[in-house]
Amino acid sequence: MTRRRPLAALAAGVLGIGTLATVLVAIEALIRATIINPFVVPLPSAVVAAIPRIFAEENVGHRFWQTAQEAIWASALLVVIGIGVGVALHRWRNVRLATETWIAALAAAPIVLMYPLFLVIFGRSATTIVMIGFVAALPPVILKTLEGLQGARPVLIRVGRSFRLTERQLFWKILLPAALPTIFVGLRLGLIFALINIVGVEFLINFGGLGQLINELAERYDLPGTYAAILFVVLVSVLFFMLMERIERWLRPMS
Amino acid sequence: MAATHVLTAAPAAGTRRVLWLRIAIVAGILIAWQALAMSGWLFRDVVPSLATIAASLVRLLGDPAFYANLGVTLSEIAVALLVGGVTGVVVGLVLGAHPFLARAYEPFIYYLGPTPKIIFFPIMIMWFGVGAGSKIAMGALSCFFPIAISIAAGMRQIEPVLVRVGRSFRASPLQMTTKIYLPAMRQPIINGVRLGLGIAIIGTLLAETKLSNKGLGYLIIQAYAVFDMPKMYALLILLFVIAIGANALIGGLAGRAARGRG
Repeated sequence: MTRRRPLAALAAGVLGIGTLATVLVAIEALIRATIINPFVVPLPSAVVAAIPRIFAEENVGHRFWQTAQEAIWASALLVVIGIGVGVALHRWRNVRLATETWIAALAAAPIVLMYPLFLVIFGRSATTIVMIGFVAALPPVILKTLEGLQGARPVLIRVGRSFRLTERQLFWKILLPAALPTIFVGLRLGLIFALINIVGVEFLINFGGLGQLINELAERYDLPGTYAAILFVVLVSVLFFMLMERIERWLRPMS
Repeated sequence: MAATHVLTAAPAAGTRRVLWLRIAIVAGILIAWQALAMSGWLFRDVVPSLATIAASLVRLLGDPAFYANLGVTLSEIAVALLVGGVTGVVVGLVLGAHPFLARAYEPFIYYLGPTPKIIFFPIMIMWFGVGAGSKIAMGALSCFFPIAISIAAGMRQIEPVLVRVGRSFRASPLQMTTKIYLPAMRQPIINGVRLGLGIAIIGTLLAETKLSNKGLGYLIIQAYAVFDMPKMYALLILLFVIAIGANALIGGLAGRAARGRG
């Protein structure tokens, strides 16, 4: 999108928020008029009112920390193993040629559906959730690491060679810095993928942090609570997504 | 790079070496698997022997109940892709054509896109019931976002000269859509549908594993519940073959569309 006059941007923002507000008010009115069944859709005002209750009663802080911990472990694994495999494949060209299409195919496979298998192997535990988040997000990290390393400008590598850098120096001083922006694109994709799958599996196996919160409230048929919890989790993911974007933009001028 | 010259000089030897490497990797994994299965280090059946998995695969492929469940899942995914895809294409076209509306509404779609959709499943159950409806809704909800985003982005990349040609012929909005936008958008639409299909499969099947009594997801979670590990492996293998195959098929279509244009 090209940059527009600030007035137009403001008007667009007002329209967006205004539409959302109008829809919510309309739903509130329709429910109060019992045109929409209040046992299916709770009053938006009741959902907002439920947020402090959820925070006070459901130990949201602790749950948030649980999910964050799982995400941190999955991220650490992604950084070490994902980038590591990418670097190894770059180093051994024949292995890369043999396996790159397989990895690309796996990136399109519904890996998260293997969660019952992981349940059997790791039990109903945080390890299962971490492993699913990690494995599901692994292919994009590997592929983007490879793409970054392959895309390093040949002139940079020639400069390194003319300075008679060793392979190790060439990697740390030239290849890796040149590939870093692309690698981070892969990491951002991977981390978002990991978080989606972590929360999803928490919900599915009813274990752990924020995902389980939604499952429990839904099973209790706490309607405003369920909606409020979903709202909260969506908010957390959106903030995480924005944060990753900010970091990526901050990293980009470094190259 | 030096490596590329070697490849162009002797492509046959290079590809043959890669082929052998592939065979070696597959053989290595299968042997390691079989060794692990026979070692007895893990609980019985966590890593079943290859013969057991193959037998289970054959049994599954000969089982009419499998095809009934497969049919249920495939039709759910098809309807989900139709609902989510058509909505996504329409929303994407509108947002792509109107910068002001895009500024107002696209942030919602852009930021809601990468959130976990499966957590909306309790709501979908309340709205559409415990049957196929809620699974279709999950699939449609999942695939709407990537399709809408990629179509809107594709619209903005249409060459302005094409749009100007349409305008100078005084084409109506409907004519603009059918004669200019859609033909120019073939590639982004196919790509969007490819993204959407993968996500619709995940959304629908995850919903089936959570709460259902039919479909592939149900079979997988059922195999887990009765600890029939060979069957679970067989189901997962078939599921991956279907998902990767469908993706490759649409990818081939996209490649053909690109060549047709170029």
